[in-house]
Amino acid sequence: MAQPLLQVENLRTYLRTPNGTARAVDGVDFTISEGETLAIVGESGCGKSMTALSLLQLVPEPAGYIEDGRVLLGGIDLLDYTWEEMRQVRGRQIGMIFQEPMTSLNPTFTIGVQLIEAIRLHSKIDSKSARQQAEESLRLVEMGNPAQTMRQYPHELSGGMRQRVMIAMALVNRPSLLIADEPTTALDVTVQAQILTLIRSIQMETRMAVLLITHDLAVVSEVSDKTAVMYAGQIVESGPTRMILREPRHPYTRGLLASRPSLLRRGQDLTVVGGRVPEATSWPPACRFEPRCPYRWTMCARVAPRRIDSSGETTLRCHLLDPDIEDRPFAPMIENGEASQ
Amino acid sequence: MTGQVLQNLIPIAVVAALMVTIVQAGHQPLWAEAYRRLRRNRLALAAICVIALFGTIAVLDSIGWQNGRNEPRLTIIDRVFQKPAERTYSAPLAGVTAGEQRPHKLVVKHLLGTDAVGEDVLYLTLKGCRTAFLLGGLTSLIVTPLALLFGMTAGYFGRRLDDAIQYLYTVLDSVPSILLLIAMMLVLGRGIVQMCIALGVTSWVGLCRLSRGETLKHRDRGYVLAARALGASHSRILVRHILPNLMPIVIISVTLGISNLILSEAILSYLQLGVQPGVGSWGNMIDAARLELAREPIIWWNLASASSALFILVLAFNVLGDALRDAIDPRLRSS
Amino acid sequence: MLRYIIRRLLYAVPILLGVTLVTFLLFYAASSPEQMARRNLSAKNPSKAQISAWLVQHGYDKPLSQQFTRHMSELLLLRFGKSDATGEPIWARLRTGVGPSSLVAALVFFGSVIVSVTLALLVAYFRGTYLDAWGVFICVLLMSITYIVYIIGSQFVLGRLLKYLPMAGYEHGIGAVKFALLPMAVGIISSLGGDVRFYRTVVLEEMNQDYVRTARAKGVSEQAVLFRHVLKNALIPILTKTILSLPFIMMGSILLESFFGIPGLGTMTVDAINSQDFSVVRAMAFLGTILYILGSVLTDICYALVDPRVRLE
Repeated sequence: MAQPLLQVENLRTYLRTPNGTARAVDGVDFTISEGETLAIVGESGCGKSMTALSLLQLVPEPAGYIEDGRVLLGGIDLLDYTWEEMRQVRGRQIGMIFQEPMTSLNPTFTIGVQLIEAIRLHSKIDSKSARQQAEESLRLVEMGNPAQTMRQYPHELSGGMRQRVMIAMALVNRPSLLIADEPTTALDVTVQAQILTLIRSIQMETRMAVLLITHDLAVVSEVSDKTAVMYAGQIVESGPTRMILREPRHPYTRGLLASRPSLLRRGQDLTVVGGRVPEATSWPPACRFEPRCPYRWTMCARVAPRRIDSSGETTLRCHLLDPDIEDRPFAPMIENGEASQ
Repeated sequence: MTGQVLQNLIPIAVVAALMVTIVQAGHQPLWAEAYRRLRRNRLALAAICVIALFGTIAVLDSIGWQNGRNEPRLTIIDRVFQKPAERTYSAPLAGVTAGEQRPHKLVVKHLLGTDAVGEDVLYLTLKGCRTAFLLGGLTSLIVTPLALLFGMTAGYFGRRLDDAIQYLYTVLDSVPSILLLIAMMLVLGRGIVQMCIALGVTSWVGLCRLSRGETLKHRDRGYVLAARALGASHSRILVRHILPNLMPIVIISVTLGISNLILSEAILSYLQLGVQPGVGSWGNMIDAARLELAREPIIWWNLASASSALFILVLAFNVLGDALRDAIDPRLRSS
Repeated sequence: MLRYIIRRLLYAVPILLGVTLVTFLLFYAASSPEQMARRNLSAKNPSKAQISAWLVQHGYDKPLSQQFTRHMSELLLLRFGKSDATGEPIWARLRTGVGPSSLVAALVFFGSVIVSVTLALLVAYFRGTYLDAWGVFICVLLMSITYIVYIIGSQFVLGRLLKYLPMAGYEHGIGAVKFALLPMAVGIISSLGGDVRFYRTVVLEEMNQDYVRTARAKGVSEQAVLFRHVLKNALIPILTKTILSLPFIMMGSILLESFFGIPGLGTMTVDAINSQDFSVVRAMAFLGTILYILGSVLTDICYALVDPRVRLE
């Protein structure tokens, strides 16, 4: 198999706060190959946005800093890059779009100016060609009247249109990786679908890799090839999306999926994952999900679970499913998918 | 006799009332959080100490009594710090007068020198504290309720009332404030109370605008609608619901306003519109310094002493205002 | 846009009415016409006849309401008349005073904007470092020094000790500049503290906005982020403050002018108040108000020009 485009190893990003050091990203590993979409799912505060920002070294300073890890893009560790070198990567090899299209565009510049800036930052072409390239990118994101849009200001566009502009801006230099941080959360449902389809189709055309950050499981099921579930700064389960959604194994993933309301279970109480996400400054010492886990046993509070890599490109962090540990309670039930929620 | 006792009790009562309010506020959960943050800020604590020190001097300067029926009323500061007057200027800790053809020996040592009529400069500086505090405190006391009243009324009731109040303060704001100040002082005459009124008239507009803006923001919030749905009257909503939400911003604005007011006193004194010459104020001392700097030898201690005292007190209020802002609403913090 | 300007100027009329009324009432409370006559007549003990003659001559004998309407109509037509004290036509005095005042005001305005904005941007660029913390502290220090001390101090240090610049006085023509430099320095330094702090807050607020994050993700350099993206947005509140303060600089340099002996509009005003020259005072108050209103209209227009989201209604 060819070398994956992006390889993240043991990424640790911490934040200095008045209450101590928040270990927002605490040992995250994943890979994405060309043409693949990886979705990182999790609740607010689990560290998924911080992971995305770390890839581009855009962690908010001076409080945040990358403590450890490697981010290999095409084999080269991006974390070794200086600020200037990273500047060449941003917007060129890696493009990023954000959650709030409303405020993510500069309100005092026209769309055209902002697009052209993105182009001319990375290539020395004259303004006329840059303008043509900008209009071309607007056509790519299916904007109706590119010439007119170039002259407009962000506040004159709707949310969906603005997000399309963001995508155009991120893709105008044909990056090999697109990072999308909750791109559809602030949009209406119908627009959501359009944006996701758009990203997917561009991806098919250009063989671009996509890292999608979201908390919306519906979005995950529609567009991603692989899924990683994040909790408390770590990836607790990852694998092909279909498998994760159909046969979740980690208790947290099971809880997430079970908490979706379902028409098939009308009249029953909604399932809930009890408790709250702990503070990032004080993660539980062993398994981080242990305080909320319905299957917890003595081992879970004493030793942190290791990462188990198994066949089919899945990973897992849970004692209960660790084949190397003996005397696991519940294990047969979980492995057979029989345990009740 | 009773008049004297009353006169001495007023400053003590004021201080006591202030302390009680602060302590009581500390018990409320909203303010307890702010107090905690404030306590961690060492610079703010230093500022509070400075203000307390100056304030104590001001209070001590307000309590006094007469030795005999026809004697002048001497305050505590007078009794402790007033030194016998010399002939004329003398440098700090000097033994002889300065600027005379034949220097004369001094009666006592003066820590900060003496001024044109031989008064001890340290004593004069201490006397200035009371003026500064009266100016800042009294003016704020007059201005704040008025500005709040007008601002909240304008913001809450809107329409005609709002237009009228806006017209009123736009007119007052359009007149160049220096003009207004000078004109008012000419009308009212010199004196501390008059200065307070004049400064008050020219400075209430800022707080009025601020409270109007904030009231506008809060008027349509859910909790106001809820109170109205429960049948609360307008005045009840204004006083019990909206006003507490305005308090943090008001307090910050008032604290910073006090420093501006104290600074203005010096300006008014330059324009010969300050307190009467005998009362003792930093502004008067600075005003006198203008000519003193041109003399040979240069008389600098008058200016240095008064402007340092002024600077330190104003700085303390500015620092405290900033610290309050940080403590009350971290979102407003500038970094 | 034209309709908007006309509407704003029309709204100015009741304001002007109000201001004139206030100055009118205030001045009459400060001194009665008889006192004015007494001051301005050269005779030591003017007789009643002389006083009444003066009053009639200057129109102060009519009932108050009549006087007021006369004042108001004259002012609106910009017929300021003659000075009560010296008999000079006021317009002429305005013409001689405008030059020096504008020079000082322009120097202070532009100098202050350039210096403050640059310093604020610098401090914001180094946000979070010691430079930032010290910068803010120095600003608070500067803000705590009274204006008078700035004036006295600079006169003393620069004028006397170092003998670089003339302490006071004025000269028409090119020589005016050397007399204006010291007041300009004082004007700039005295407002430096407050201005830099305000601009710094504005710039920092903009730097926390989402579009800055997008710009960085595009690969924009930190300098370009600050000087191109952030500055354009920060200009909106900055412009408001600076243009709105323009009329105050013109009028507020009253203190500067009288200290430094500059024969401008400010000195004229102070002299008029001291000699109870009512016609000059009301003219100056009127002018000051017009400047203030013009200033705020100008601010709104600039707002609309700089912020594409704003459309003047």
